[in-house]
Amino acid sequence: MATRQTRTLARFMMAPSVIILFVWMIVPLVLTLWYSFQRYNLQHPDRAGFVWFRNYYFFLTDPAFVQAIGNTLILVVGVLLITVIGGVLLALLLDQPIWGQGIVRLLVIAPFFVMPTVSALVWKNMLMHPQYGIFAWLAQLFGQRPIPWLQDFPLFSVTLITAWEWLPFATLILLTALQSLDEDQKEASEMDGANFVNRFIYIILPHLARAITVVILIETIFLLGIFAEIYVTTQGGPGYASTNLPFLVYVQALLNFDVGGASAGGVIAVILANIVAIFLIRIVGKNLDA
Amino acid sequence: MGSIQLQHVNKSFGAHAVIPDASLTIEDGEFVVFVGPSGCGKSTLLRLIAGLEDTTSGEILLDGRDMTAAPPAKRELAMVFQSYALYPHMTVAQNIGFPLKMAGMDKAAIDAKVKEAAATLNLSSYLDRRPRNLSGGQRQRVAIGRAIVRQPKAFLFDEPLSNLDAALRVNMRLEISELHQQLKTTMIYVTHDQVEAMTMADRIVVLNAGNIEQFGTPMELYRTPANRFVAGFIGSPKMNFVDGAEAAKHGAAAIGVRPEHMQVSTSAGAWKGTVGVAEHLGSDTFLHVNVDGLGLMTVRTEGEKQLHHGDTVWLTPDPARIYRFDKDGRSLRAN
Amino acid sequence: MARAASTQRKVTVTIVAWVVALVIFFPILWTVLTSFKSEGDAINISHFFQTPWSIESYFEVQSRSDYFRHFFNSVIISVGSTLLALLFSIPAAWSMAFAPTSRTRDIMMWMLSTKMMPAVGVLVPIYLIFKTLGLLDNAWGLMIVLMLMNLPIVIWMLYTYFKEIPVDILEAARMDGATLGKELVYVLVPMAVPGIASTLLLNIILAWNEAFWTLNLTAANAAPLTAFIASYSSPEGLFWAKLSAASTLAIAPILVLGWISQKQLVRGLTFGAVK
Ligand SMILES: Nc1ncnc2c1ncn2[C@@H]1O[C@H](COP(=O)(O)OP(=O)(O)OP(=O)(O)O)[C@@H](O)[C@H]1O
Ligand SMILES: [Mg+2]
Repeated sequence: MATRQTRTLARFMMAPSVIILFVWMIVPLVLTLWYSFQRYNLQHPDRAGFVWFRNYYFFLTDPAFVQAIGNTLILVVGVLLITVIGGVLLALLLDQPIWGQGIVRLLVIAPFFVMPTVSALVWKNMLMHPQYGIFAWLAQLFGQRPIPWLQDFPLFSVTLITAWEWLPFATLILLTALQSLDEDQKEASEMDGANFVNRFIYIILPHLARAITVVILIETIFLLGIFAEIYVTTQGGPGYASTNLPFLVYVQALLNFDVGGASAGGVIAVILANIVAIFLIRIVGKNLDA
Repeated sequence: MGSIQLQHVNKSFGAHAVIPDASLTIEDGEFVVFVGPSGCGKSTLLRLIAGLEDTTSGEILLDGRDMTAAPPAKRELAMVFQSYALYPHMTVAQNIGFPLKMAGMDKAAIDAKVKEAAATLNLSSYLDRRPRNLSGGQRQRVAIGRAIVRQPKAFLFDEPLSNLDAALRVNMRLEISELHQQLKTTMIYVTHDQVEAMTMADRIVVLNAGNIEQFGTPMELYRTPANRFVAGFIGSPKMNFVDGAEAAKHGAAAIGVRPEHMQVSTSAGAWKGTVGVAEHLGSDTFLHVNVDGLGLMTVRTEGEKQLHHGDTVWLTPDPARIYRFDKDGRSLRAN
Repeated sequence: MARAASTQRKVTVTIVAWVVALVIFFPILWTVLTSFKSEGDAINISHFFQTPWSIESYFEVQSRSDYFRHFFNSVIISVGSTLLALLFSIPAAWSMAFAPTSRTRDIMMWMLSTKMMPAVGVLVPIYLIFKTLGLLDNAWGLMIVLMLMNLPIVIWMLYTYFKEIPVDILEAARMDGATLGKELVYVLVPMAVPGIASTLLLNIILAWNEAFWTLNLTAANAAPLTAFIASYSSPEGLFWAKLSAASTLAIAPILVLGWISQKQLVRGLTFGAVK
């Protein structure tokens, strides 16, 4: 491919990126790990010291932690279900010949480009507000009592908002995959007399399998880190009803100043994310060979 | 000046030695063609000379100076790629002027040189176009233009004509030969087309599996091939080979006769056979004859010869033109 | 017959698709519409279309919370982090695309894996380091963090674009006497302009909308639009119209960029796993 000289040059050109990414990954991670074994509260800097797994013990046995883990999972799974199923349906719809396809497509993907803080605020106030929101107005229109969504169904509301943000992503990826399905293959199966359900099960779904996997993995990575939506809408409340792991760590670190406890939480978050990452990297890696 | 010397050059990719051990001296101003079957290492050898690959061991000397470790930019060689490798975002003029710009020449001088090169290559009216708006032949000329402006020590061509259609290929072949007459610069030209090799070369390097089988003028290769591989590779249609008892009669492990060195008779001769396919080209006729006990042979006769499928013929090889090979395929000379 | 049936089907599908699309788009549409109302009219949904339109709220937003300062922070941070990322990634992507070694693949996979590290895992040390270095609430600090966050995506995207450039052309440049720097500047980059542009665009979008680090590492000075909007999360009286105006301002520029670069988005965010 290339000469030794180019390869040497290549190494030099690669080095800066590798080094900064390495530092960015390793230094904070090691520090997090270190803090997680320390008693370290910014408000009581005098009472510091090595405490082994105490932070983990407190963090893991804190009822808030159990709830946060549960919430994290519900949030991730809920959003995944809505976006993947909705995404497949939308992709199938948008793959049909329709008038104004370009515009429809733009409308559907728009939410993805809305910054999370804006999405959350718009939903919180314009749609879900128990007095002035559209939902309240609709409820009254049908003679119902408006529901204080964020009060009564905080986790569901956050899930809904997040799903709205990520539905376009799933749709776009699945639509792209769908469009790469061989036109001939589609026509051939139509000629074979397969009805839509059969075609969907035997041809379309297998073709989409990989794209769906990619959507699930990538969304999971981002969804495990959902923060702004909660920060802006419920602040994790009421109680811990809508607190997920990242938000709990944030509360520990920046509100309770408990660096040790927050770090233990951070380490746990890293472990969780890595489990997902391993699968995603496998898939992308396979793709790299092809 | 532009002499090129390879001394025991070895090139391996991993454990696989693509060029096991090549030594070669190309004189200044020579037109040398590398031929050989696909995958034999022609491009690799050329790229070693260009500096696009480095040698695993051995030296490459340009004008007597050791350039083994020098990067391509320092070697003052120009290369024309099979894909032309024109810069798609530059106009024809910018493409041709690029090497001069890299050499730090000032704009006015570049313009003048580009105009001159374009005039030589009939490109003057296309200077403002982009490569994608040119025909294959025109692109080829731009690639050549880019090579000649800088007056390099030598030109390296890697199958430059293989993307052109047959008629254009003949034209460009002549143009490149003419260019060589004009410039008198060393040229190395890679091809797997032996007609190109025979017609253009001062000397030909025949490569097989990375080994230099023979290095000589086209006529030397034709008349005195060093071995069975060269004998079979040079000449069209290919030489006919016979081994076994018939070869033993001539004191060799195998003998070879070129299609043009046999007499055809419908009445008598050395080898009896039946005409299979007869290819009437007009000027020549190629007969594929199934010779009893010896197998299929190709014979070249005059164009008007009226012989057809199924006819019985006798072939007689010209005794002075029988090539003899030992059991390793080496040519046996002077019996 | 067949034609009539297919036309009928197209009409049905079109109607369904438009309805669904409008439902999905509705929150954005409603926000934009509300931004042109007075505060009193904004919550009067029943008579929404009878009340007058005005651009009053936009002026109020600007005077209340200085939209433009935050807008410029967003621009500086997102564009700055992107340019910084390009500076690092173009040479790296060149290496991986044109001079790969047996380890290139592993390095790429490893880079991808850094992207998967959850931000909370490193929030504490980064926060403390930034505090020590005085980088809290500083545009440079944020630029660096966002650059690092998106660097793997940028490298991957560029790599996939560079792979499509024939290596012959770069070798031709080398033969023509170009040094590595000139090869990059005069040949590779101009040829990869479309790819670089879409990488740039996607990265600006991601940086513009990033809402973990921007919320946690900024206060007043360097706060970009994400934080500016978050400051509206504690309501003070009627503020629907102002909120809408602020939101519209915050999303409009990036929505346009997003629409332009939607195709590249797929490629960038899936690391080329879906084409
Ligand atoms: N970068 C490389 N890594 C490993 N093997 C290589 C590499 N480049 C070439 N080879 C091998 O070296 C041998 C010679 O290749 P080369 O391209 O020189 O052949 P060639 O004579 O030019 O063939 P063609 O007429 O088809 O162009 C081939 O077997 C090829 O597979
Ligand atoms: Mg070749």
